[in-house]
Amino acid sequence: MRVVTAAFAIAAGIIVLLGYFFPAQLEPLRLLLLDWAVIIAGMAVLVGIFNLVAVQMDKFRTRQKGGVYGIILVVSLLITFLGLGVWVGPNAPSMQFAMNAIIVPVEASLMAILAITLIYASIRILRRRVDVMSIVFLAVAMLFLILIMPTPVGPIPGSQAVLDFLGMFSEGGTRGLLIGIALGTLLTGLRVLFGVDRPYGGS
Amino acid sequence: MIALGLLVLAALLFVGLTFWRRRSPGALRLIEAYERLNRSVGLAVENGTRLHISLGRGNLFTARGGSALAGLAMLRRLAERTSVSDRPPVVTSGDASLAILSQDTLQSGYRAVGAEEQYRFTTGRLTGLTPFSYAGGALPTIHDENVSANIVIGDLGMEAALLAEASDREDTSLIAASDNLSAQSIFFASSQEPLIGEELYAAGAYVGAGASHEASLNVQDILRWLIILAILAGSLLKFLGVLI
Repeated sequence: MRVVTAAFAIAAGIIVLLGYFFPAQLEPLRLLLLDWAVIIAGMAVLVGIFNLVAVQMDKFRTRQKGGVYGIILVVSLLITFLGLGVWVGPNAPSMQFAMNAIIVPVEASLMAILAITLIYASIRILRRRVDVMSIVFLAVAMLFLILIMPTPVGPIPGSQAVLDFLGMFSEGGTRGLLIGIALGTLLTGLRVLFGVDRPYGGS
Repeated sequence: MIALGLLVLAALLFVGLTFWRRRSPGALRLIEAYERLNRSVGLAVENGTRLHISLGRGNLFTARGGSALAGLAMLRRLAERTSVSDRPPVVTSGDASLAILSQDTLQSGYRAVGAEEQYRFTTGRLTGLTPFSYAGGALPTIHDENVSANIVIGDLGMEAALLAEASDREDTSLIAASDNLSAQSIFFASSQEPLIGEELYAAGAYVGAGASHEASLNVQDILRWLIILAILAGSLLKFLGVLI
């Protein structure tokens, strides 16, 4: 059975890939396969939510630390999913209110914590590692912050020229990193297509 | 046609070098983060602590899925190596498909070493579907589940800082890599041995996933040199006025 699974997965992957290069011949089949994949991914979200509930219930049942929060999460999920999502509909004002009153402020709070965390990490970088790269990293980050900082009298004189000059290095570095990542992604995809890596459960 | 040519060249090189690497395994350059990873795996098994592996939220329908697949390849090998541990590793992800694949990968890893009864589907977890809910859901795992090392490999954004901070507060090892430039800079500032750029995709080779992973690194090196030569040739031609 696992061989059949792998054969289906590899064949689907190859058809979708070749569909990009030979659209005249394979485009309809590629789109059909992608449509199926989108439906399966939609079902995967439901399976994922079931997994989330199971993990939280398990935490509560085995009296692990934070188990009570797990129950609050599950109750909130049921109210939002069944009460607001299924019953009154996702576009109803009450659903919009739940989004604006709970989810947006919580995410904004996490963003605020993130800002503090980043400042703290940058302060501690030289305690963690004292090497040339760390010093350059910190110095450039500070320099960029100063150059783009708003002041009461407008931009700092000459800041744009310095930003343009330093931007050459950062853009070059960025493109180098992205090329490396693209090559890594290409080879990872090839390993899956050749059946060497089988994240879908094959051995 | 250039893209197709590059793809065919990469595939041919990959097949050829995989056969070659099976006969003569190569020596990998030292990457401190992966040395630490291998030490952490051994320590976790010995002292009965847990590994927390975070695969990010790379959607498999986008190019971001590549980093997630690289993380899954590493996870497979780690599952095999930690199968004798009392506390199995916990895998968190922020994408539903990725969470299911992480469960499949864990199960395959245990099955491969004859320890399938160790598998629990609650060890492959979906912690949230938005960046911050994913990070917020993964934080209790770092704080409360006797974790000795956090391995964060995949597509993450700014929320990576929350995971790094939690790891720091618990005084646990952090081995982290991402395909996202913001997350890379965060990890550079907050981990002891940062992994930069395509080093993420070397994870499989460094945890002993086999000849094909070593061959992948060789092919990446060859293609990188070809791109460097192409950039230099293009610059020279433009300098000479041949290209406008």
